[in-house]
Parts: sequence; C-alpha cells; structure tokens
Amino acid sequence: MNGESSGYSALTPAQFGALVAALRQAGYAVAGPRVADGEFVFGDVSSSAGLAAGYADEQKPGRYLLSKSAKSAALFGVVNGQHSWKKYLFSQQETLWRARGSSGGFSVEQEPCRPAKSAFLGVRPCDIAAIRVQDAVFTGGACADTYYKTRRENALIIAANCTRASGNCFCDSMGSGPRARAGFDLAFTEVAENGAHYFVFEAATAAGKQLLSKCGAPAASAAQTRKADALIESARAAMTKKLDAKNIKALLYRNYENPRWEQTAKRCLACANCTMVCPTCFCSTMEDQTSLDGAQASRARRADSCFTLDFSWIHGGGSVRPAASSRYRQWMTHKLATWHDQFGTSGCVGCGRCITWCPVGIDITEEAAAIAEAEAD
Amino acid sequence: MKTLEQILAEHRFFRDMPPEYLRLAAGCAANKRFEAGQLLCREGSDADYFYVISRGSAAIEIFAPGRGPITIQSLGEGDMAGYSWLIPPYKYRLDVRAVEPVLAVAFDGKCLREKCEANPALGYDFLKRVTQVVIARLGATRLQLLDIYGKNLF
Amino acid sequence: MQDPMTPRRFRIARTLRETKDIFTWELRAEDGGEFAFSPGQYNMVYIYGIGEVPVSISGDAADRRKLLHTTRAVGAVTEAMRALKKGDMAGVRGPFGSVWPLDKLEGKDIVLVAGGVGLPPLRPAVYHILRNRAKYGRCTLLCGARTPQDIAFAQELERWRGRLDFDVHVTVDSAGPDWRGNVGVVTTLVSRAVFTPEKTAALVCGPEIMMRFAAAELANRGVREDSMYITLERNMKCGIGLCGHCQLGPVFICKDGPVFNYGMIKQWFLKREI
Repeated sequence: MNGESSGYSALTPAQFGALVAALRQAGYAVAGPRVADGEFVFGDVSSSAGLAAGYADEQKPGRYLLSKSAKSAALFGVVNGQHSWKKYLFSQQETLWRARGSSGGFSVEQEPCRPAKSAFLGVRPCDIAAIRVQDAVFTGGACADTYYKTRRENALIIAANCTRASGNCFCDSMGSGPRARAGFDLAFTEVAENGAHYFVFEAATAAGKQLLSKCGAPAASAAQTRKADALIESARAAMTKKLDAKNIKALLYRNYENPRWEQTAKRCLACANCTMVCPTCFCSTMEDQTSLDGAQASRARRADSCFTLDFSWIHGGGSVRPAASSRYRQWMTHKLATWHDQFGTSGCVGCGRCITWCPVGIDITEEAAAIAEAEAD
Repeated sequence: MKTLEQILAEHRFFRDMPPEYLRLAAGCAANKRFEAGQLLCREGSDADYFYVISRGSAAIEIFAPGRGPITIQSLGEGDMAGYSWLIPPYKYRLDVRAVEPVLAVAFDGKCLREKCEANPALGYDFLKRVTQVVIARLGATRLQLLDIYGKNLF
Repeated sequence: MQDPMTPRRFRIARTLRETKDIFTWELRAEDGGEFAFSPGQYNMVYIYGIGEVPVSISGDAADRRKLLHTTRAVGAVTEAMRALKKGDMAGVRGPFGSVWPLDKLEGKDIVLVAGGVGLPPLRPAVYHILRNRAKYGRCTLLCGARTPQDIAFAQELERWRGRLDFDVHVTVDSAGPDWRGNVGVVTTLVSRAVFTPEKTAALVCGPEIMMRFAAAELANRGVREDSMYITLERNMKCGIGLCGHCQLGPVFICKDGPVFNYGMIKQWFLKREI
C-alpha cells in the first residue's frame, strides 16, 4: 500500500516535538496533558518534554491512581483525569461586563473576549465528542454564548486516539470513541511498545495539513497504521462498562418515579463532583460584585451545579428539588434523556469521569442498568 | 314562559339529570325572590330549604360578634345554597345572605328528603350533586387557607 | 449588536404604586431607541450594585417608546426596585421568552385567568385583544387577589369592566364588610364565566397551585387542555437557555417559556421536584 495515498504520516518523538514547536511558532498557546503536584492535568505545554511521559492511570468507581513507569516512553499513556477541555472553552469564572456608577446612573461595558489562538494537544475522542456537545449547547441555539464561541473559534484540536481504556470508560457504548472520527484538525495514535515509539497522524483540515507538513514526517507504513488500528481495537475490547444508549432516553422518561432514585440518594453526597468533572455539564450562575465604595460593579458567570440547593431556588419558596434523589435524578435524566430533546444529542460521552471522581463511586452505567432492572421487576 | 322543570334543566346544579328526577324535584320546588340583605339560610336553624340561584348574588357568611358578617364566598347565577338540607342533622352551618336581589328556585328539603328516602336512586343522584358542591367549596376554602398570593408561596 | 448578556440602560420616567407591594415602572431607553416585545415576554432587570431578576413586561406592545414593568417587592432586588424613583436608572436585558399565541387564537372565545401578580404578564395580551377586539369571540377576564387592597390595576379593571365587549370579574380571597365585590378564590369564577368551551382558549397566569386548579376547572367546563396556556417561572439567570437553572424536564422555561401550552407542558408541570 502506498503510504502517501493512505493519508497517514508517521512521526518520531523528535518530529512530534517539532510539531509542538511549530504550533508555538505559529502563535498557538499549546495546552496538553501534564503532571503537576502529582495530579494529571491539562496545562501549558512549552515543548513535548513537558508532557506526561511514562505515566498511566488506573481508574475504578471512586478511585484514581496515577503511576509512572520508567519502562514506558508513552507521552499519552494516561486516558484522562479530572480536567476536561471545558476549562479552556467554558471558563469556571468569566467576567461578562463591568459597570461604573455615577450620580446620574451607571455605564456598562461588555468585557472583551480576545482569546489567544490555542491548540489542544491530545484530546481524547470522548472529549472531542464533549466539545461538540458543548458546541450544540453554546452555539447551536438562537443566542450563542459569545465567550465560548470566540474561544472555540480560536482553538485547534489535535486528537489522541485511545490505545488504553480506563476501568470506567464506556465511550464505545456512547459512540464517541476510542477512535476520533470527526471534530479535529489533526488526530494521532501513539504507538509505544517493544522499543518502538511513533505517532500515526492524519490531518482533517487545511490548518492541520499545513502544520503536519512542517515536521517533515514520512508517510506511515501499512504496518504502522495496522498497529495503530489494532491498539485502538484493543482499547475498545478492554472496555468493561456498557450503557444501553439506544433505549436510555425512553427508559428514564418512563422512570421519574422509580425506587432506585431514593436508594442512590442514600449514597449520593450531592457534592457536585460529577458535574465539575463532566466535560459536557454547562450550568452556570451569575455573580454580581460591587466595589466597597460602590463606584464599580461587575458580573461574572461562574460554573454552577444542579446538585446544590441554591441551583433551583425560587423566590418566595425554596428549592424546587429539596431531596437529593430529585437532584441526582435531574442530573442523570438531563445527561442521558432530556439533553436529546434540548440539543439533539446525548449529554454523556462515556468518559467515565463522573464515576471515578464520585467520592462514593456511584456509577452512571450501573444506575442506568439498575433502573431498567427495577422497572422490569 | 318556561316551566319550573325547564328552568331546572338549564341550571348547572341539575345538569344532565334524568327527566323523571327533574319532575320529582320540581314537585318540591317554587320560585322565590330575596331582597338585598335578606337571609336565604341562617346558621343553626333548620335546613328546610335549599336554593338554586337563577339571578342575583348572595354571600356565604359567618357572623362575628363585634365585627358583623364576614364573607367567606360569594355565590351567583348557577350556584346552589343550603346543602345542609341533605345531610343530618339538617341544620344550616352558615348564613347565606342576598347581596343583590336574588331570584332562586327554592326546594322544600323535607319534601325532597322523603322522596329520596323512598327512591334511593334519586337520593344517590342528589347526594352526588350536593357532594360536588361541598367538595368544590372545600377545595376553594383550602386554597384560601393556603394564602397562595402570600409571600411564602409562589 | 447588543450582547444578550449585557444590560441596556433605561431610565425611570414614572413610577406607580399599584398596591402596598406591587408597583409599576415606566422606562425609557437611555439611548433614545425603541423597545419591541410581544405579549407574554419578560426582561431581566438589573439594579446597579444589587442584582438582577426576571420581570414580566406589563405594557402595550404597540407602544415601543415606553417599557412598562409591574412586579411585587418580595426579595432583595425587587425591594430595591421599589425604592427607586423617577430619573433613576436600571439595566434591562431582553425581551426574552415565548409569547401568548394571540394570532393563533383569533376567532376563539378567550378566557384570561389572573391570580395575584399574574395580571401584569396578561395585560399586554388584554391590550392586544381589545385593540383587535373584532377578531376574537367572547372575551372574559377573571382576576383574583388576596384582598381588595391587593388588586393591581384597579382603575383599569373598572374601565375594562365598563366595556360591553369584555367581561371582567374580580374576586378576592378575603375582604372586610366594605367590599361589595366577589369573595372566593379565582378558580370559582371559572364555573360562572360565559364562554363556549369547545371554541375557547384560556390564558392563565398566577401561582402554580392556582394555575393547576384553574386548569382543572377549565377542563371541567370542557375547555381542551391544548387550548390552555400557562406561564411558568423558575430561577432564570441568563434568559437565553445557557445557564441551565430553569429546566423543567426537557424545556428551559427562560426560552421555551414562560408561556407554555398546557396540553404540552402538563406532563412536566405536574411532576414533582423536577
């Protein structure tokens, strides 16, 4: 097979480093997987040396273990961590406008949004799906979110196909992984085993192609693309968690009254961790601040969670979802059912973060199965 | 001119009542007029009559010493007053007073009770109609108690 | 174009005290421009240094020079609103939300049911109907308040009541001896109103409990549930369906509502704690 016509390139680690350098040279702020203070995070990447080389993660419900192996050279060995890319696109805290008070009233000035061109390096297929879900939320309706839209338009996406599955992954069920099919400028599969280490790249956009051309990489051989494909398929096969995505919407719509909600609420701490780590959760609240002398005021949009009582507080009353069971039901039903009617897509991409970062290990796939089972009883 | 039976058949309280029951009911009924301020029912007295209002308005009241009558609910065209006629001990529980001149069909409660005792199907029909009125009044009273426009409930 | 998240500045041209806690503002845009809206819509009203709340628009949509808001002082922001005077400034984002489908309802009998501070969002609909009176069948307004002192727009109600082509019934939950009007909850008026149920559309606005009972009474009279419209309120923050707060099942009350077809929304409206 002719490597050129396959459209794939094979990059050595050095060429991969050149790609990062080319990105920076082209004016991109590069963000990628890093390990900082023992945590797997997304942060600024100044060179490929700053990536999480040799690290791997082990995930179970309520459990996350990060380990480093001297034997592994993989830069993208960690499936995911508590960060998702929404930290860049949908900021935890975003000032929307500032006002200045005067005797005659006040003036308002919209906070400008001039994001740097950024490149997200090593975006997992599920996280690309999550970005596309948030695209639908923030830019798909009649009123787009200016801040999200501007940041999104300035973001270049370099996908990293998955060659490992964490114990909580179920992207295969949600149709979002382990291979990225769309929504990226560049995508690669990292092969790092038996002394070999290379990246099989494909470019999907003109910007991606141009960047790829700058690192002087040859076309990937058939053996190299076959190896990459095999690793992706092994990740798919390694996934133990499943969710019946086809029937879940109807199931949850039928089961607003199901004893399982109460049972789960006994475990749920309503801590909001799941919403904070979820790459698609988008709820926010407005926070107004006024300077002590009253001369200035500002409004910020701050990430919020449907697990707090305040979230559904109505004036003259209280919270419309006082019970933890109602709040868990809202979150899960929104994610897997009502989201379809709101945005034409599921709100879940199968990344497994909500399972891992739940302090008591509530597992959304297990909950979905339990509701189906309770209904059948 | 309309017969009493025709008037009754058009009244909300008697909606869809079988003609033979209407005939039995009409046999205990007569037109009656109340001037403004006159009582249709008086708390504690024998519930000898009940009324279906054809025109005018009345008020269900409770009399409070030092305050006078307090209106609980207004009644108008299509409403009935005096449901105590069907329910032991057949005493009015509240006052009903004409606010404007009231034209009503008055029923002799004792006469109708006897017919109901003799004809349980007729009695059951009346019981259902009266109970609907009682339930509607109870429901309205509950809403009033809730004070739904107060600041504590939206 | 103005970003939907940034308030536009308005100045208070007039304040009106409707009751002891309900008040009306007449606003003019500081930029001298017009304000266009449709009956049923609301704005997010910002008070400098205090905060922002959703407030229904209570004026006439045909008059774009002035913007009217009527609300009740129940919280920090609305209390602060009440304290503002003529010449003071407020921020406005909007108009947001769905509308009373008045064009679609032409030819029908219209029953408007308002409870408490539910009349302000219905008033633009009344203006529209009265201006296009010939296009509608029999029209009735049923209006409930807590006491006679709590009736908003009392003079206007009297004026409307004087029209031969508009039936207006006002009731209060409780009253002293000097009240000559009706006593009883607003839902009791439904059974007395004159309309042809099969060709009637109902527009209902008030506390949720009142709307539930009003819908039941209307259905009892034979009005179809898909010919009833209600308005809902949750804690809207953004107004454009992006903040997630006002979800009721699959709908965002801020943008899919506040006006909903009852037949459509009933299954969600009647669910608890959703």
